[in-house]
Amino acid sequence: MTFLLQMIVTGIVVGSVYALVALGFVLIYKSSDAINFAQGEFLLIGTYVCLTLITAYNIPFVAALLIALMFSAVLGFVIERIVLRPFIGEPVISMIMATIGLSSVLAGIVHIIWGHETRVFPKIFSEKPVNLGEIVIAPVYLWSLLIVVVMLVIFTLFFKYSKLGIAMRATADDQQAAMSMGISVKMIFAVAWAIAAIVSAVGGILLGNINGVNASLSAIGLKVLPVAILGGLDSIPGAIIGGLIIGILESLTGGYLDPLVGGGLKEVMPFVILVFILMFKPYGLFGKKEIERV
Amino acid sequence: MLTINNVEVMYDKVILVLKGMSMVVPKGKIVALLGSNGAGKTTTLKAISGLLKSENGEVTDGFIELYGERIDVNDAETIVKKGIFQCMEGRRVFKHLSVEDNLIAGAHTRKDRKNIKSDIQKVYHYFPKLEMLKHRQAGYLSGGEQQMLAIGRGIMAKPKVLLLDEPSLGLAPLLVKEIFSIIKKINKEEGTTILVVEQNANVALSIADYGYIMENGRIVMDGTVDRLLSNQDVREFYLGMGDKGRKSYKDIKSYKRRKRWL
Ligand SMILES: Nc1ncnc2c1ncn2[C@@H]1O[C@H](COP(=O)(O)OP(=O)(O)OP(=O)(O)O)[C@@H](O)[C@H]1O
Ligand SMILES: [Mg+2]
Repeated sequence: MTFLLQMIVTGIVVGSVYALVALGFVLIYKSSDAINFAQGEFLLIGTYVCLTLITAYNIPFVAALLIALMFSAVLGFVIERIVLRPFIGEPVISMIMATIGLSSVLAGIVHIIWGHETRVFPKIFSEKPVNLGEIVIAPVYLWSLLIVVVMLVIFTLFFKYSKLGIAMRATADDQQAAMSMGISVKMIFAVAWAIAAIVSAVGGILLGNINGVNASLSAIGLKVLPVAILGGLDSIPGAIIGGLIIGILESLTGGYLDPLVGGGLKEVMPFVILVFILMFKPYGLFGKKEIERV
Repeated sequence: MLTINNVEVMYDKVILVLKGMSMVVPKGKIVALLGSNGAGKTTTLKAISGLLKSENGEVTDGFIELYGERIDVNDAETIVKKGIFQCMEGRRVFKHLSVEDNLIAGAHTRKDRKNIKSDIQKVYHYFPKLEMLKHRQAGYLSGGEQQMLAIGRGIMAKPKVLLLDEPSLGLAPLLVKEIFSIIKKINKEEGTTILVVEQNANVALSIADYGYIMENGRIVMDGTVDRLLSNQDVREFYLGMGDKGRKSYKDIKSYKRRKRWL
């Protein structure tokens, strides 16, 4: 029983990080209908920048985190500008292909700069486990959960109430009508990419603190694609719930099934669930219903 | 004052749609732009608002000026900032946004953010129905309510010139009358200059000061409302009030052919 709870709590924490990263997919999909296959590299770059600032320049964690986030935002902005903007108005598939190309290029750059050995974050959070009733949990998990929750709340408020957030939702609904309001659609795309880079970086840094950092961390980018699709690809609450479902199921698979089959099941679980759910709900759990009444 | 001078518009670099279109919209007035399907009315509005560029359309000749300043070279957001706001054909409300969020989106380019609350109230004053629906998703509104919302977004932008593209589209006659009387009221109370495109010539001319009639990408006739209303051709072909009974289709064709050479 304690083991089960332990697995579930771990799943919730990891799943919440997935949800945050999936938000990046959702934003880009909502604004430009494209899927960003370079998201995993965004995650990796943000994480490495933060790690390098801490280890090589002795900058305190919080400051390093903020600088890494700013760096990611700029990276997202710039990449949107030079790589993706030429594809506005072209078929979506061209933009998706461009992100695949981008992903290889960024992966190459990361490899050149940081190599491929696993690095670890210096111990930032206290290592003394916290006892929550019967379960024992490392502080890094609690901090991760807290940071993710805070970020999700900030983004929710941003989209619900801020001028830019409303403009982003309007653009997702009807691009040309948004232009007729004087909304700069290019600017909205750029912001979507910047936010996607930020949430990826935060996700990477949190998971990096839990598991260490190497190039395979970018696989998380791909792993959260099922999360986003599960949630309906265009729904923010959907991404959150999708993240939690995948996180928990993954953790349970790792805890109960992997020892029986000798491991590896955990990694494919998200995709198995994805296929299964899409068979019944082709638009994901929370996919946008097209409102048609003219 | 908005001036369109000898404008030529091409889509996709080959389809010539406006062929020397000229018109003037004087400050504080309501001008009606009438014409049959495909005449190029919507294209004219998009040329003014800069939305053409998002459809691979381009002003290839002539110019458009707002108070003597050329705007045909600007992009859509700059033109909104300069004070021209287009309510697009088919209403185009943001379906998944609430009514109130739609209104806030309408005010996107406004610098005086603190007046936005009171302007939302103003929209509710013109369209009391919207206030009751303010938290509803706009996609679920009826056609008439969506049209009110589309015009409401226009009020929120506080434009100098409001471009309305077929506000009567698909609405019941009574509602059309109501909406047009509100358009007139907005013109009076806010001092907004209005250019309204319509198929429904009757109702458009009922509120307008001046009218233009376009065929095939250019203006074929213009005049004060009184003059247009007393013109035999206008009465026959746009108001459906032929004095000698219905003409045959052949006659209408020859009329069009004649007009093409004007
Ligand atoms: N994006 C476009 N690309 C190519 N051709 C276009 C485009 N938009 C309009 N046209 C063409 O331009 C012509 C004029 O269209 P426009 O929409 O301006 O007419 P309209 O007067 O508004 O007609 P309606 O009363 O039916 O709305 C039509 O022949 C149309 O096919
Ligand atoms: Mg039209």
